[in-house]
Amino acid sequence: MTLSVCLRHTFPGFDLDVTFEARPGVTVLFGASGSGKTTLINAVAGLLRPDTARIAAGNWVLVDTAARCFLPPHRRRLGYIFQEGRLFPHMSVRQNLLYGRWFAPRDAKREDFGRVVDLLGIGHLLDRRPGALSGGEKQRVAIGRALLAAPKLILADEPLAALDEARKAEILPYFERLRDAVDIPILYVSHSSAEVARLATTVVALRDGKVTAMGSPQQVLGDVAAMGARGAASILTARVVAHHADGLSALDGAGGRMWLPRVAHEPGAVIRVRIAAQDVILSRARPEGLSALNILTGTITEIHPGQGPGALVTLAMGEDRLIARVTRRAVAAMGVEPGQTCHAVIKSVAIAPQDVGMVRALPDEDAR
Amino acid sequence: MPEAITTWLGPDEWQAVWLSLRVAFWATLVSLPLGIFVAYALARWEFPGKQVLNGLVHMPLILPPVVTGYLLLITLGRRGSVGQFLEEWFGIVVAFRWTGAAIAAGVMAFPLMVRAIRLAVEAVDPKLEAAAATLGASKPWVFATVTLPLILPGVIAGAILAFAKAIGEFGATITFVSNIPGETRTIPSAIYAFLQVPGGQEAAGRLVIVAIIIAMAALILSEFIARRVAKRVSGS
Repeated sequence: MTLSVCLRHTFPGFDLDVTFEARPGVTVLFGASGSGKTTLINAVAGLLRPDTARIAAGNWVLVDTAARCFLPPHRRRLGYIFQEGRLFPHMSVRQNLLYGRWFAPRDAKREDFGRVVDLLGIGHLLDRRPGALSGGEKQRVAIGRALLAAPKLILADEPLAALDEARKAEILPYFERLRDAVDIPILYVSHSSAEVARLATTVVALRDGKVTAMGSPQQVLGDVAAMGARGAASILTARVVAHHADGLSALDGAGGRMWLPRVAHEPGAVIRVRIAAQDVILSRARPEGLSALNILTGTITEIHPGQGPGALVTLAMGEDRLIARVTRRAVAAMGVEPGQTCHAVIKSVAIAPQDVGMVRALPDEDAR
Repeated sequence: MPEAITTWLGPDEWQAVWLSLRVAFWATLVSLPLGIFVAYALARWEFPGKQVLNGLVHMPLILPPVVTGYLLLITLGRRGSVGQFLEEWFGIVVAFRWTGAAIAAGVMAFPLMVRAIRLAVEAVDPKLEAAAATLGASKPWVFATVTLPLILPGVIAGAILAFAKAIGEFGATITFVSNIPGETRTIPSAIYAFLQVPGGQEAAGRLVIVAIIIAMAALILSEFIARRVAKRVSGS
């Protein structure tokens, strides 16, 4: 089922005008605060009445202002995961989890309660009250509550923004599992490119109420116009080979062997790794005697000079694209041109654990 | 009950105590749903005439009770417009009946009840209600499963406050339904009546003690219940 959104809404001093489609998998609405992400997701949820809109999930119309149709939120069959959790304080965790199920139609396809509780690791919390939970636990319960409402669409509004780094690292894998375990579209609002890299099947980048870029995370994160030169990043896929005693993991990707700070995934797992463009150094010859452990080899496909002193150089490594942010002076001095073979140097420690995620459908178009 | 207690109050005094309890009980019970509705409307809705409704609700708190009683008499009395209508169509007469005393007590206690409940409604985060709606709950269900449980401490506090006020109501009651033994002579009216006759001080004194006991008991009970409910509701 595909969610199609076409929406215009005017606030004093702010116009939102957005059209996009969300396929099964995670569609990340990506942008800075004030870009209109939350307004958009609230319009999909029915918590906001847009001026002009048509929002439909498959052929099921949620809003069509032209036809004077507006489905109230309780009839939209949603699982909305809020930034602040919004658990009901007067109910136990179990009652919170079962709240939506009670209102779901009898013939709805239900998630198994035990399976969801296991997936989220909240079995030991069932008889507690939300007030007694940590931030990460609350958010896991909120995910479970949304999932158990038998939703046709899952919405998540910056579900990790209120958590510290350790809690984010705790919750992100659950969203990865969710993406891989349920076959419904997930609309996920975020301003973090690390979350985009780990979770997104499709990215819709927003700025000032307009869509600035749309596509796979590789495309959008590498899009300087949407990300800005400092935000540009690439996503490489790699297979975990082994974990070593010195705290590093060996991975094999299309560009060669990589060494990363120990990743949480078992050998054999295929993972995606986000690499910020400004963490990449280029070299025409294969460098030797370097402290940096990762030297990947690829073919230059594109050189994109910026307006300032910088330039973005894209290297093809099999299916993957690696973007390096270097100076225009360096591009001239090295004499690099598209078609040449080039080496990319990346420090292992530049890659943080939150940059590493499970792969499912990395969005190659033929998989759909 | 031990004989010492049952005979401590005379039959007239007992009658006044029971009548007061009955009047206050029904006044509170019947006005409670309306009080919750009005408090919710004032806290959450924007509608034309909101300030007028707010003023009307608070009027009995500010007006002299005699004025409220007189207004009740000229509307609900047997010659009053509403009173005539009720008598002709339904055969209901409230003037000079204990039901009239309950109405007077309910009207006088209403602002206190609404204020307590309104504060509780304003303290409920509308985001929780929105969350319930996204999970499939229609508006009445959101109210029953989220809003009402969360405002329960305020509702209980408001109800007990109203009950205590209804027991002590004097001015509006005596103006509207007079001071008829066994029908409208509540504790305050009885105290007043006893004080008008020579040698009545003793009986009045006993009723004063009863009034103090009821008031204290109501306050302690409301504190106790509100605290327990608040603990349950806050989720810790």
